[in-house]
Amino acid sequence: MLEWFGLPQGSAHSAEIDYVVDLTHWLMLVLCVGWGLFFVYTLIRFRQGANPVANHHGIKAVWSKYLEGLIVLAEVVLLVVFSIPAYNARVAAFPAEPQSTVVRVVAEQFAWNVHYPGPDGVFGRTDIRLVNTDNPLGLDRSEAAAKDDLFTINEFNMPVDKPVIVHLTSKDVIHSFGLPQMRVKQDAVPGLVHSVWFTPTMTGDWEIACSQLCGLGHYRMRGFYTVQSQADFNAWVQEQRELMAP
Amino acid sequence: MDHASTIGHPAGGAHAHTHAHAEPGFLRKYVFSVDHKVIGIQYTVTALLFLFFGFALMMLMRWQLAYPGQPIPLIGGLLGVANAPGGIMLPEFYNQLGAMHGTIMVFLGVVPLAVGGFGNYVMPLMIGAPDMTFPRLNMASYWLYFVGGVIMLLSFLAPGGAANSGWTAYTPLSNIATVGQTWWLGGMLFLILSSLLGAVNFITTIVQLRAPGLTWGRLPFFVWAQLVTSFLLLLAFPALQAAAFLQASDRLFGSSFFNPSGLVVSGQVLEGAGGGNPLLWQHLFWFLAHPEVYVLILPAMGIVAEILANNTRKPIWGYKLMVGSVIFLGFMSFVVWAHHMFLTGMGTTISAFFQTTTMIISVPSVIILSALFLSLYGGSIRYNTPMLFALAFLPMFGIGGLTGLPLGLASADIPLHDTYYVIGHFHYVVAPGTVFALLAGVYYWYPKVTGRMMNEMLGKIHFIGSFITINLIFMPMFIQGLAGMNRRLYDGGQQYAHVQDVLGWNLTMSHASWGLGLFQLIFIVNFFMSLKTGKKVDANPWRATTLDWAATTSPPLAHGNFETVPTVYRDAYGYSVPGASADFIPQHAEKA
Amino acid sequence: MDMQIPYTIDTRPDTGLTNPKLGIWLFLASEVMLFGALFSSYVLLRWGGDYWPNQAEIVNIPLATLNTAVLISSSVTMVMSWASLKLHDFSKYKLYMGLTFLAGVAFLVIKTIEYNEKFSHGLYPSTNNFIAIYFLMTGLHALHVIGGMVVNGFLWGPGAKMWKTEPEKFTNRVEVAGLYWHFVDLVWIFLFPVLYLL
Ligand code: HEA
Ligand code: HEA
Ligand code: CUA
Ligand SMILES: [Cu+2]
Repeated sequence: MLEWFGLPQGSAHSAEIDYVVDLTHWLMLVLCVGWGLFFVYTLIRFRQGANPVANHHGIKAVWSKYLEGLIVLAEVVLLVVFSIPAYNARVAAFPAEPQSTVVRVVAEQFAWNVHYPGPDGVFGRTDIRLVNTDNPLGLDRSEAAAKDDLFTINEFNMPVDKPVIVHLTSKDVIHSFGLPQMRVKQDAVPGLVHSVWFTPTMTGDWEIACSQLCGLGHYRMRGFYTVQSQADFNAWVQEQRELMAP
Repeated sequence: MDHASTIGHPAGGAHAHTHAHAEPGFLRKYVFSVDHKVIGIQYTVTALLFLFFGFALMMLMRWQLAYPGQPIPLIGGLLGVANAPGGIMLPEFYNQLGAMHGTIMVFLGVVPLAVGGFGNYVMPLMIGAPDMTFPRLNMASYWLYFVGGVIMLLSFLAPGGAANSGWTAYTPLSNIATVGQTWWLGGMLFLILSSLLGAVNFITTIVQLRAPGLTWGRLPFFVWAQLVTSFLLLLAFPALQAAAFLQASDRLFGSSFFNPSGLVVSGQVLEGAGGGNPLLWQHLFWFLAHPEVYVLILPAMGIVAEILANNTRKPIWGYKLMVGSVIFLGFMSFVVWAHHMFLTGMGTTISAFFQTTTMIISVPSVIILSALFLSLYGGSIRYNTPMLFALAFLPMFGIGGLTGLPLGLASADIPLHDTYYVIGHFHYVVAPGTVFALLAGVYYWYPKVTGRMMNEMLGKIHFIGSFITINLIFMPMFIQGLAGMNRRLYDGGQQYAHVQDVLGWNLTMSHASWGLGLFQLIFIVNFFMSLKTGKKVDANPWRATTLDWAATTSPPLAHGNFETVPTVYRDAYGYSVPGASADFIPQHAEKA
Repeated sequence: MDMQIPYTIDTRPDTGLTNPKLGIWLFLASEVMLFGALFSSYVLLRWGGDYWPNQAEIVNIPLATLNTAVLISSSVTMVMSWASLKLHDFSKYKLYMGLTFLAGVAFLVIKTIEYNEKFSHGLYPSTNNFIAIYFLMTGLHALHVIGGMVVNGFLWGPGAKMWKTEPEKFTNRVEVAGLYWHFVDLVWIFLFPVLYLL
């Protein structure tokens, strides 16, 4: 259903999430229409003019028990068969890091710092005491592992069809890392590292939307993310390296 | 309280007290009164004013959402340069308005009206009690509420303005926020104490002061709803109280309960020991705030049940089932809080637990709503204004409740969390849901309090206008939410490419909200005008069965409620009893 | 006002309760939630945070043990004062209630010494979260002690006049105040091991 409203299913798990949303809305629609018809019927049929004397005992509705049973059943199915497995896959079944694009994302008022480990696949050490305007992550440049690290601000690129793992945290307050087209949203909580993963299956340019009130600039805490072919991604990495070279 | 004097005329012959004593002075009678009816009126009027004020804040915000960055017409210049230079609202101010709209609507508007107002005025009458068990605590409860409300209002004048971190006040944002947040905490402490006193009083009153013969099985549903609500207030609020103490300590004494180590705020390392946990606040807050949302809905359900029974002229369907459900709902509401926190980094076990409890808690709501729908069947429905609002409550709460289901499923919550879908969900339950039920209650009990009816014509215009406009405000929120538009955005989402197609709705919604405002003016006119011009009625104009209608019209203030203590002989809904001569038999009518 | 609220003194037959008794139990239930929330926060902060000092090195266990003894004794004298009223021995009541009050004073004096010791060592809420929650919880508890002393002081002094006019009501009041006082004592019984011994 979310595609109707303009959100393409950009990641491998999108369909699964959307399916839970869709099914729940079908259930809601059925109940809404069913009770709605009943409601309108009773309002007309039992208006005072049409039914001057009320029936003290009212309806003998055995069916309402079955109906409630059915609703419970539907909820159990939604829960056990669809939602819990879908959610658990998001938070537990992580792919192996070597086969994935791994980044650290550090949120701050009001920007997204994206940190790539570089070719060695190892993130350099960071230290808050080193934070300054040129070094928003506080990366320790003297360290070997840090030498090839890349970081960008509000720009998050990734190759398509390969799992992406994001290690997410924040420097100041709680933000929320939302990639609407990827069906990804995760709070970035200072002092804690939360990881999310997804596999983008569609190339495109979209926006990271901060989804948690984080201060006066919350409304403009927008980043950009790009899903591109592996070749384009490699070219982009190269470009960034040149930009960062002293 | 100047109009209270016109309300309190003792009906003829009600001065049945035996021993002579001095009339209490004006202050004692109308301001520092210990009579539950006066206190109920005080609560009602104060809460209505706060509701209107909270709504006014939102009408301002809706300007910014519809016309971002354009000067606010007419009153823009009055808001002060710190808030809206040149009449253009600043983001800081938008956030203050948002936080205070939520806080005021919930804590100063709806709860005081539903519990403090209706509960105080109606409940003792309904159970045949002379007053609350602790009248002086009752008075203290009102005044603590009043002071808390004044603190909240004055906080707009604090340096940097009022609290601006949302009504949820998530840490660490609220820890580093301007001093308005400290005022907010102070105001909350007063409100918490007020609700504590109120809750103790309500429960003891219901347990101890029921009239002879009024057994638990004969209690009107309204009273059950108030009873469960009071338990929620009693046991849930302390969590927020603890949280407020912890946050006050962080803000005033430099502790770090909610600040983890190594925070860097705008490039500066934050002073302090660190080692705290920002999510602790959320757990404490939602431990209160989830039960709190049932505090918003249960009294509304109680009001609706009474009005439906009365105007269908038949008992509500499944009384026992409903009572059982409401008690179960009360218990369950303590174990679902973390469904507001699915995306804070929750593991599989905990999320599975809270998804499950959330689905379980929807069942009693489904049962109550179904029972109310079924109650209509076989009735002889009178369409007066209170009934119209009460009827509208049913589908509106239905829509609000149903949209809670996808939010309660953690996987579906991923795209929907913190979007306008959530805003739509809960406004359907609280605004066209609870607020409509409360308006129904105002129309319904107005003749009890004043001895006069409100104008039906104006009432119906108020209803139709409100019903249409309120749906135009909140229905599009689901569309915007499904399109991924986030909440709490100062510019209404203008920046984001993916919501461009649904931005147009902002205009519809804002215009509808101002329209809704205009229709409320009709209500306000009706409310005050009817004090003078409303049709005079007898003590039981709706031909109702419950004891509140057994007392005299506008029961004399501060003289006990009944001329003789009523004895109850039957259940609460003796409507259209087969073989009876009238279509209703009051609870206190003796068996023939 | 001339309205009479029933069951302020005698019990309601079907519930077996008086209003004040039920009221105080409800109030205490709310208090349990308040302190429960703080104890839960303590647990989360201590085992969820990255640093926690060795509590025993900071707190003064002998003084706290003394305070525990003081408070428990005061609970005993509180019961005695109520029992004296039941036996219609008003002067014994005055004695025991007075002792209860004095025990409260002693508790607060010892607490003040403890606090001053912390301040003189430069230990403040900003030092670390243990000190902070130590101050918060013991401070809140001390406020409860003060509240109880205000009530007890009133019942010992001006409020005791009621004994002449409405002895039964007065005895109930003392009983209710006693329930509260025992609760304050009980909170301390939890605070003591958690903050001092664990
Ligand atoms: C009165 C208030 C109220 C009520 C009653 C509810 C009821 C419910 N709420 Fe809601 N909720 C809020 C107020 C309320 N909520 C608020 C204020 C927030 C946001 C706070 C914030 O973040 O600022 C919120 C947020 C919220 C969330 C968090 C969303 C997020 O932040 O991502 C969740 C998730 O589980 C949720 C779930 C539910 C559920 C499952 C119910 C269930 O109890 C609902 C059960 C009812 C039904 C299932 C309806 C049954 C219908 C029928 C039988 C037929 C219908 C017929 C017709 C339509 C004709 N709510
Ligand atoms: C009980 C709770 C309640 C109620 C009733 C309302 C009512 C309304 N709310 Fe509110 N709202 C919240 C609780 C509530 N809200 C909360 C908790 C938030 C989240 C805040 C946050 O982000 O932290 C929120 C946020 C919120 C937003 C999102 C802002 C954002 O995310 O940036 C919007 C946007 O349109 C909105 C709109 C409205 C509107 C148009 C109404 C209308 O329905 C108003 C209708 C009002 C009336 C009909 C008033 C009737 C009263 C009278 C007429 C008085 C008469 C007086 C006398 C007789 C004396 N609300
Ligand atoms: Cu960052 Cu909102
Ligand atoms: Cu909830």
